[in-house]
Amino acid sequence: MNETGLSRFWADFAQNRVAVVALAVVALVMATALAAPLIAPQNPYDLATLQLSDARRPPGHVSALTGLHYWLGTDAQGRDLLSAILYGLRISVMIGAAAGAIAFALGATLGAFAAYVGGRTEALLMRVIDLQLSFPAILLALVLAAVLGQGKAQLVTALVTAQYAYFARTAHGAAKAERNKEYVEAALSTPLPAWRVVFRHILPNAMPPLIVVATVQIANAIALEATLSFLGLGLPVSEPSLGMLIANGFQYMLSGRYWISIYPGVALIVLIVAINIVGDQIRDQLNPRLQR
Amino acid sequence: MIAFVLQRLWQAVIVMLAISLLVFVGVFAIGNPIDVVLSPDATQQIREETIRAYGFDQPLWRQYLAFLDRLAHGDFGRSFLFNMPVLQLIGSRLPATLELTLTAVIGATVIGVPLGMYAGYRPDGALSKIIMAISVLGFSVPTFWIGLVLIFTFAVTLGWLPAGGRGETARAFGVDWSCLTLGGWRHLILPAINLALFKFAMMVRLARAGTRELMLSDTVKFARAAGESEGVILRRHVLRLISIPIVTVFGLEFGSTLAFAVVTETIFSWPGVGKLIIDSISSLDRPVMVAYLMLVACLFIAINLLVDLAQAALDPRLRGARA
Amino acid sequence: MSAPLLEVRDLRTEFRTRAGALRAVDGVSFSVGQGEIVGLVGESGSGKSVTGFSILGLIEPPGRIAAGSIRLEGRELVGLSHRALRGVRGRRVAMVFQDPAATLNPLLTIGRQMRLALSAHQALGAEAARARCLAALRQVGIPDPEARLDSYPHQFSGGMRQRVCIAIALINEPRLIVCDEPTTALDVSIQAQILSEMRKLVRETGVSLIWISHDLAVVSALADRVMVMYAGRIVERGPTRETLRAPRHPYTAGLLASLPAAIPPGAPLSQIAGSPPSLIDAPPGCAFAPRCPRAAEPCRAEPPWSEDGARAARCHFPLEAGAP
Repeated sequence: MNETGLSRFWADFAQNRVAVVALAVVALVMATALAAPLIAPQNPYDLATLQLSDARRPPGHVSALTGLHYWLGTDAQGRDLLSAILYGLRISVMIGAAAGAIAFALGATLGAFAAYVGGRTEALLMRVIDLQLSFPAILLALVLAAVLGQGKAQLVTALVTAQYAYFARTAHGAAKAERNKEYVEAALSTPLPAWRVVFRHILPNAMPPLIVVATVQIANAIALEATLSFLGLGLPVSEPSLGMLIANGFQYMLSGRYWISIYPGVALIVLIVAINIVGDQIRDQLNPRLQR
Repeated sequence: MIAFVLQRLWQAVIVMLAISLLVFVGVFAIGNPIDVVLSPDATQQIREETIRAYGFDQPLWRQYLAFLDRLAHGDFGRSFLFNMPVLQLIGSRLPATLELTLTAVIGATVIGVPLGMYAGYRPDGALSKIIMAISVLGFSVPTFWIGLVLIFTFAVTLGWLPAGGRGETARAFGVDWSCLTLGGWRHLILPAINLALFKFAMMVRLARAGTRELMLSDTVKFARAAGESEGVILRRHVLRLISIPIVTVFGLEFGSTLAFAVVTETIFSWPGVGKLIIDSISSLDRPVMVAYLMLVACLFIAINLLVDLAQAALDPRLRGARA
Repeated sequence: MSAPLLEVRDLRTEFRTRAGALRAVDGVSFSVGQGEIVGLVGESGSGKSVTGFSILGLIEPPGRIAAGSIRLEGRELVGLSHRALRGVRGRRVAMVFQDPAATLNPLLTIGRQMRLALSAHQALGAEAARARCLAALRQVGIPDPEARLDSYPHQFSGGMRQRVCIAIALINEPRLIVCDEPTTALDVSIQAQILSEMRKLVRETGVSLIWISHDLAVVSALADRVMVMYAGRIVERGPTRETLRAPRHPYTAGLLASLPAAIPPGAPLSQIAGSPPSLIDAPPGCAFAPRCPRAAEPCRAEPPWSEDGARAARCHFPLEAGAP
């Protein structure tokens, strides 16, 4: 996309005010999540700073021991919930982005490669990918998380395995369409190495649909991570992600201490919904059939 | 048509073999295979006997063949946690899951498709905007979170509906069903809504996108030019034409709904296979995991076959090509 | 001739766009008599299809009929309620589209689609409905209609499919059919068959046709009268034969000159220089002037109709009879 294309794209995007707000929310959440150590009132992972006597305090409570103002209350370990949410968002965003980026790179390369080589290799690769796509990502991630054990790297591996196929299918479809165009045939008939044709010509043209898939899949990765953590299959307890905060608060919810689950959940949902709205808008803009 | 079904069955056998290989590698070959068939507190003597009896001293490909042989005979081993044959265990839990899943998927389709069609028919209407907002939420918000909110709102705060469990059941066809009693329905409704919301969002989107595109098509313009009423056009033409992708997605989503039932069943303590698999994962009850995965794969293949048949029934062009 | 079947006066159809109102049809007036075939010719984007859709009240937002009058059998159609318009569509005036493969519903038998159109206006018993469907299929020359009633569209050839569309348009015996490029997607030989079929239909039933096409050859073979549209306006009208033999408007002349058949073998192909103007905020005066070889200062002003019997051209400098 050239510069005028980009500014035109932005002009169209700006027409949808909801999408602009959503984009701002995504940027804001990302920024606060990354800056969590700088702005959080407390380091929720440092057990020494936690006051057990402050456990399960409602929002607005001021600690008698430290004078800390718990704006969103505290969890069962006496963590300041606001700090825990900021750190939890940080983990969610990093894991979601890492899984999304790796799945993107892996899937897009695989899909474009399959489209490029063609023949039996292509048929076999795409068959495997289709098979995997028909299998729900959450089950795959669930089993992998269980088999691999807990930890960030394991979690990202599970998420990538569950998601790369979406990128591969999209890249394959777009690259296949591109592969058969004459300019690619022409480029392939030159002595340029084939991988350069794939990366220079085929993949860039597969970008728009891949970007749409990427926004959806990053949101999915974040949701999936939260779900696995909620089920106790995600990250270790010492570094609670949003999903685990919610899971820990679940038992207290039934006795009316809603905030331990609700606030981390709200943070999670705001992020995911905002990403999806942005993704929807991009999809609508890239869909030629809806253009007037 | 028979040739088509046979071909699909043949493909199904190959897919099942591939999945059994993956499951074998994933669950047995990684980690100590003895743990799969023995509880951790067995004596050393029993251990050694078992290694010989199960052939764990054999090369892997032989072990795989033996594994296949056991599967073919319906021998999935015993669950340590429940101390009963796995097949029997899953069989006792499956109806609860099927009941929940079917209620959710059918409900989502029956409500989601008309609403989605409306949103596609009047894309700028206020009601359409509300429908789409709900669908964006249903699409984005993780299932487990919706479950929590439902429990908090309807069970804890309002006290209208129970927070978990299956409630009263009534027996039919030798199986217990919740949907046959009023109390059962009261227990079923929250988990079903929880599980349905994502599918609902999906159906709304599909129906909306399809309707929106079709309203601009020549088929609809021609029907309008013939003086057909909007109701007839929507029912006879649009609904008919969007039903093909919807049936496809319905089938595919039925599978993923089975998977998401894991989450819903955990939250609502619904005694189905989803809760069983989470319990068995956390206690490393591997025979149950294997059986569950093979069962889900089986269901998937069956559903895909049904989807293909349904498509052929709906689309005369496919019938012609395969007849 | 008594009162015409269709009388269109100063029709203006606009589409709201981001850049402003697009005048797809800008002050079009014409009439169609009983049993008459009128050709409506122009390049794509000249407003000929929008004129057709306007007559059926099928202009959807962001489009609207901004001004003018459409009288069918003396009854005003502009401003009718949706309900009343629905009673007119199919019953008094029907429409046939360009691509029969995209028009017919691929999932329903043609008998089912015909009965849907029929039941929009008449409550007939099963037997009567079937008889009516068979009669319509016979009228358009589909062999063995009894056997084809339960066939699906994909089981027909392209030409047969278009005949089915015409049969559906005919099923409620309308007085006028708007045909929007119905033969453009077909082979030339099939095209000729359908044209002769249509002439027979008009002769036998007295139905009138508005035949929209960009193909002058088709129109000259079929139409009694022809109207040439450019940039949302009719620029020339008259009896087909005379108009196409000796056009008065430079645009019509340009169109004819660019037909490959009009050019001796080996001679360079002729074309009209430039491209059609934007229909948003069009400047006053003749829309064709920027491309016209005869344009001069007066063309900045609205061109007058210069009438001559049945013929008329909207030009400051009409070509004289016998001129190229």
